[in-house]
Amino acid sequence: MSELFDGYPRGQAVYDEMVGPDGVRPALKSVAAEFDRLGLDEVRTRADYLSSVYIDQGVTFDIGGEERPFPLDIVPRVMQAAEFSHVEAGSRQRVRAMEAFLDDIYSEGRCFVDGVIPRHVVASSPHFHRVMAGLTTANGVRVHIAGIDLIRGDDGVYRVLEDNVRSPSGVSYVMTNRRAINSALPEVAGKHRIRPVEDYPSELLKALRAAAPSGITDPTVVVLTPGVYNSAYFEHALLARMMGVELVEGRDLVAHGGRVSLRTTRGLRPVHVIYRRIDDEFLDPAVFRADSVLGCAGLLNAARAGNVTIANAVGNGVADDKLVYSYLPDLMRFYLGEEPILAQVDTWRLEEPDAREEVLDRLDELVVKPVDGSGGKGIVIGPRATPEQLEKLRRLIIKDARGWIAQPVVQLSTVPTMIDGQLRPRHVDLRPFVVNGGSEGIYVLPGGLTRVALPEGELIVNSSQGGGSKDTWVLADSRPTRRREQDRQVARPSAVPLSDQIIDRVIRHQHEQQQQSRGGEASC
Amino acid sequence: MLSRIADSLFWIGRYLERAEDTARIVEVHLHQSLDDPTLDKTQAANDLLLLMGLPGSESPDVLLRLCYEESSPVSFLSALTHAREAARRARETVSTEVWESINTTWLAVRGGRLQRMRPASMFKFIRERCAVIAGLADNTMSHDEGWLFLTLGRSIERIDMTSRLLSTPSFAANSQRAWDHVLSGCGAHHAFVQRYGALASDRDAVEFLMLDRLFPRSLIYTLNTAVEALAQLGPSNLRIRPDDPAMRLLGAARATLEYLPPDEILRDLPEEMARLQAVCSQATSAISARYFEGSAAAEWVGGAW
Repeated sequence: MSELFDGYPRGQAVYDEMVGPDGVRPALKSVAAEFDRLGLDEVRTRADYLSSVYIDQGVTFDIGGEERPFPLDIVPRVMQAAEFSHVEAGSRQRVRAMEAFLDDIYSEGRCFVDGVIPRHVVASSPHFHRVMAGLTTANGVRVHIAGIDLIRGDDGVYRVLEDNVRSPSGVSYVMTNRRAINSALPEVAGKHRIRPVEDYPSELLKALRAAAPSGITDPTVVVLTPGVYNSAYFEHALLARMMGVELVEGRDLVAHGGRVSLRTTRGLRPVHVIYRRIDDEFLDPAVFRADSVLGCAGLLNAARAGNVTIANAVGNGVADDKLVYSYLPDLMRFYLGEEPILAQVDTWRLEEPDAREEVLDRLDELVVKPVDGSGGKGIVIGPRATPEQLEKLRRLIIKDARGWIAQPVVQLSTVPTMIDGQLRPRHVDLRPFVVNGGSEGIYVLPGGLTRVALPEGELIVNSSQGGGSKDTWVLADSRPTRRREQDRQVARPSAVPLSDQIIDRVIRHQHEQQQQSRGGEASC
Repeated sequence: MLSRIADSLFWIGRYLERAEDTARIVEVHLHQSLDDPTLDKTQAANDLLLLMGLPGSESPDVLLRLCYEESSPVSFLSALTHAREAARRARETVSTEVWESINTTWLAVRGGRLQRMRPASMFKFIRERCAVIAGLADNTMSHDEGWLFLTLGRSIERIDMTSRLLSTPSFAANSQRAWDHVLSGCGAHHAFVQRYGALASDRDAVEFLMLDRLFPRSLIYTLNTAVEALAQLGPSNLRIRPDDPAMRLLGAARATLEYLPPDEILRDLPEEMARLQAVCSQATSAISARYFEGSAAAEWVGGAW
């Protein structure tokens, strides 16, 4: 192989995205060759540069109130065009299914009548909000933005690990990663035709505007953030800036008479679409937690009156509940009449007695997760847990079977990652972002966020667990479209030459004359 | 624009100007104490601390209190930290270049990094970084409402700090040298000599720093900038007089400076300057009440709806 990939383990049990049993995978040979051309020392230098730009730009993630730069690895994860179009089609399909499901459970409940999913599974979800029943947005969309978490097992098959249809985060890092990698590795990036990610903010704004209450032709869209102390504040600010909309906190909003307004230096201004990054429970103290100061009282009332659209819709959490996840293939067949495009991870429903018995017997070999957890919280990986942890988990499961699911341990695929100046395999996952514009269509960001678990062998890649990220390249397969002939023939106006200071010209001229006359003397 | 963001921008302007001017003031103080062998160093340091609104002590450490101390409300380290915090809140409103510049400046000074610089290069660093940020703000942000609040904050802080700087020669024995230092502190030495020549008097220096209409750090120039920004923020179509309290306060201060007999200014300089500082504080309250306070209180306190 080469200097960079010498000593990189291959043919391991785990699937590596870049290096197969026979060396670098054929499709990635050219990327690896470009890295080799740079050489290990140069790649290390570029990696140092990457971390310094992120510190300067303040690309950070808050962990326990402390701002930390979000680690970005120098080696991108590369996906082939065909590979990504499979992911893209599968993500779209899931979003369509979840839209149909949410619409159904907050209205007729056909899925219960037809026995696709038990009613109590939905009714017992902490994220099911009856207050949302009968409410639809102007364009019928509830999942405006989704993040679908995918992993690749040792068979190389992409599987959905979980869905995020409340307020999925991470898309800002996809955009900043691309910019940083382009500046750190211009020659490598320039050799490949990488599908752009910069369309995301305009696609998002288009979808948010399309969701505006009916009759509003030029809606005011805002991003609602819990504030600077939120771990994803960087992302909220970036999205607002890139969309060119206001970033607001709850205290900037006033709801009155079924309408929502912004407090501005010139009085109140009406708001029509709120892209909120605050959880349901904190959104409206008049409906949910009365002690919340993050949201705005009366927001839900205004949404119910149809005067403001909240994106993503309140109550979406039912659809990304990990127990509901286990029913999703059936729900896809029921609502869409389609077979699922993307595979899922086998899941035991612990409230079914047989499944629970089996899982309790095999706790030490399974992964057990809380159904509504996010950020990797509460996950117990059986083979790594101590007997005490397993005993505690057993009691928790027996007490609240609805609250947990179990899955087999899936070995996440690996990608070469710069660790202490060497490339080492580290586990990754992938979160493609889906923006649903209703009749405007469903956009899937090419690639998505690749998160890396930096400690060796670590399987939890979450950023709140100290993970890093990689730029994700989706290679375009078609040839570049040639500029049309007539475009090239348009004559360019010739530019006016740059002017310089007259006095300068005069002096220069005199100098030249002087030198010439002196030169003349010398030759005499 | 959002009241909360306007508030942040105003304070970014103030804190950055405060950092720069504090650096200038401390630098003037250090030069003065080197220049004047008869000076009571402790007394001079305490005078300076008092001037910046801090209590004096038996062994006052000017560098610590006004430069390095993170918890000191008037050190330029804390001014830069506050500017960065305000910029972080208004991150989607300030341009990326301005944010990055504020952020890198803060990264360069925090965590004891200032103490490792030589004082002379530290002052230069702070002055230059603040100038870069101000230049980026002027050249990469639209001169809309947000920029006007930034400019307004910067101007009011500059009036306040320049007035403090103008009070320092009153403490010095050799006032001719002291005025030279104040002129340098305002970055005005060159401009002043060009205007008045090298034989100028104390009174010329005061006049220049107060009343020169073309020098950007003079009090009158800065007062004009502030009044102009206020006029653009809240256009008034009243025929009688402006109805904005902040504009009235600043306009009246400007008139006082312009029409006060020159000898009186020099005689009562510290009192005049203290009056000007009070005006800055009142004008800030008035601006805050008119533009920012909408966002201050959360209205929902729980209970029945």
